[in-house]
Amino acid sequence: MNLDPHSPEVGDDIPELSTAPISRLTLALYAGASGDHNPIHVDLDFARYHGMTDVFAHGMLVTAYLGRMLSNWVPQQAIRSFAVRFVAICEVHDQISCKGRILEKITANDETLIKVELTASNQHGVARVVGDALVALR
Amino acid sequence: MIDPQFVGFELPVHTQEVEKGRLRFFSRAIGETDPVYLDEDDAKAAGWRSLPVPPTFLFCLDMERCNPYDYLETLGIELGEVLHGEQSFQYHEVPCAGDRLTFRSRITDIWARKAGTMEFVVRDTDVFRGETPIAELRSTIIIRHRDNHES
Repeated sequence: MNLDPHSPEVGDDIPELSTAPISRLTLALYAGASGDHNPIHVDLDFARYHGMTDVFAHGMLVTAYLGRMLSNWVPQQAIRSFAVRFVAICEVHDQISCKGRILEKITANDETLIKVELTASNQHGVARVVGDALVALR
Repeated sequence: MIDPQFVGFELPVHTQEVEKGRLRFFSRAIGETDPVYLDEDDAKAAGWRSLPVPPTFLFCLDMERCNPYDYLETLGIELGEVLHGEQSFQYHEVPCAGDRLTFRSRITDIWARKAGTMEFVVRDTDVFRGETPIAELRSTIIIRHRDNHES
C-alpha cells in the first residue's frame, strides 16, 4: 500500500481536516446516526439537572472527525489502530480542526508502521481530543 | 463506590447486521464527503464489497444492543454522571454493509481517584464476523460523583 504522493518522514504533518461549527442539529443527527441517545448531548433539561450549563458534543463525534482525516489520507484498511483520549468537553459552536504528525516509523514483521499523533482542537486552539494511530505503509 | 468485584463481568453477547442506510446516515452526520462511504457503486469501484464501516462506527454498532447502558445499570452508575474518558480500536479487517458482527464485552478494570469522587470503568469488546476477528475496542468511562443537584 503506497502513501500518496511521498513517503512520510518523522515530523511531517498529514493533511488537516477542518469541520463546520458543531450545532445542536449536528448533535441531534449524530445522536440518531450513532445510536448514542445519551440525553446529556441533546436534552438541555437533563444536562442542567446534572450540573452542566449546556449540552455538549459526543466525544465520539470529534473522534469520527479524526477518523475522517485518517481515511482521507490513507485507505482505511491501512489503519491498524486508533486510540483517543477526551481531554476536554467539546462545546456547542466549537469548530474542530484535526491535525496529525508522524511520530515514528516502526518495522514489525514484514511491514512498516507509522505512528501518527492526532489532535482535534477548537477554533481557539484548545485541544478537545488527542490520540494516536498506527498506519501500515508497506 | 462501584464494587470492584465487577471486574471480569461479561455483558450479553449480541450480533448486529451492518445496514447500508445507517452507514450513509452516519457518514452524513459526521460530514463525510468521500463517496466511498456514501455510495455503494463508488465503494465497489474502489474495491470494497459494499459500503465500508468507518473507523469509529464499530463503537456505534455495539450500542445497538437492546440496552446500550445495560452495564451502567448493573454497576449502579447514573448515566448523567458519565463522561467518556478514552477509546481505542485495534483493527484486523474493515467490515462492510451486509456483514453480521458479533460483540463480546467484559469489564476489565475499575478504580477510583480523588477520594472516590471520580471513578473509572474499563470495558473491552472483541468483534467477530463468524469466527473471523474484526477488531478489539477498549472504552474507559469516568463517573463524576456530585453531592447534590442544583436546579
